[in-house]
Amino acid sequence: MSGFFSWLPGQKKTNSRDVAKDRLQLVLVQDRVNLSAQQIGEMKDELIEVISRYVEIDRDGIDITLTRSGRQSRLTADIPILGARH
Amino acid sequence: MSAVVITVTSGKGGVGKTTATANISTALAAMGKKVVAIDADIGLRNLDVVMGLENRIVYNLVDVVEGTCRLRQAMIKDKYLPELYLIPAAQSRDKTALTPGDMIELTNQMREDFDYILIDSPAGIEQGFKNAIAPADRVLIVTTPEVSAVRDADRIIGLIEAEGKYSSDLVVNRVRVDLVRRGDMLSTEDVVDVLAISLIGVVPDDESIIISTNQGRPAVLQNGSLAGQAFRDIAARLTGQTVPFMELDGHDSFMKRLSKLFKL
Repeated sequence: MSGFFSWLPGQKKTNSRDVAKDRLQLVLVQDRVNLSAQQIGEMKDELIEVISRYVEIDRDGIDITLTRSGRQSRLTADIPILGARH
Repeated sequence: MSAVVITVTSGKGGVGKTTATANISTALAAMGKKVVAIDADIGLRNLDVVMGLENRIVYNLVDVVEGTCRLRQAMIKDKYLPELYLIPAAQSRDKTALTPGDMIELTNQMREDFDYILIDSPAGIEQGFKNAIAPADRVLIVTTPEVSAVRDADRIIGLIEAEGKYSSDLVVNRVRVDLVRRGDMLSTEDVVDVLAISLIGVVPDDESIIISTNQGRPAVLQNGSLAGQAFRDIAARLTGQTVPFMELDGHDSFMKRLSKLFKL
């Protein structure tokens, strides 16, 4: 994600090629699943909500990302479980 | 003989579809192949001017489909090469004058007499694109190393894959070596990495294209044109030859070109 945030003021200047590639990767993931960044955010929130109904999860350690490998899109969720729900 | 139908498309406009179609068609014909180039961009015809044939048009693609003329009457013989023909688009009509079925029928009528039929697709993903893609055995997707062009190419690749019957290859056009070197342009590797389809050509940004378009004489006919060489390489790869990619990112490109020249 460092590339994605590097355009922010005060960050180290990255060349525009890297910025272009990062932006492209992000927009293509959204295009391919036909969801906006906001909808993807909502999907993640709902996913977390459903899982936390069953188990206690570590909300700070959650990593849910949409990625592409080749021409396939993939949703990867890494959600640390603290223990059983009481 | 049974022709291979190759559709040249891109999604985004202005990335060089027509230039690519004219140059690859001309290069194939210069290799001794029998070639027809069809301009499927109804209402925005341009392949005729890029090939320098705009003054010879009597009939067009829509005339053939509607039966106003015979197929042969709409085929314009190229100025430079004996086995190259152009079927121009209609200028005063729109894309609804054609259907995908028309394009399949038309190309089927020509398959026996030619080695290659190239179709210059209009920009976009609407009817005109669907017409152009319908008869394709292969698809060449043209993009430039820019976010907007690559994004549109990705969309087109998705649509073609959904049809499930085409093999598509990528042409990265207008690569600026100086910008790639200083980190201000997506490299060919970046574009291939993102789109994940096979690469068939890398064409440098080259002023000889502008000059050759001004003159109506495709750059592949000029010996000194780097872009012309890149299009000749694409044509050779289409015929099944293995041609190494032009060295466009490294500092030793001049030496590599020299050594290629002397077949070292």
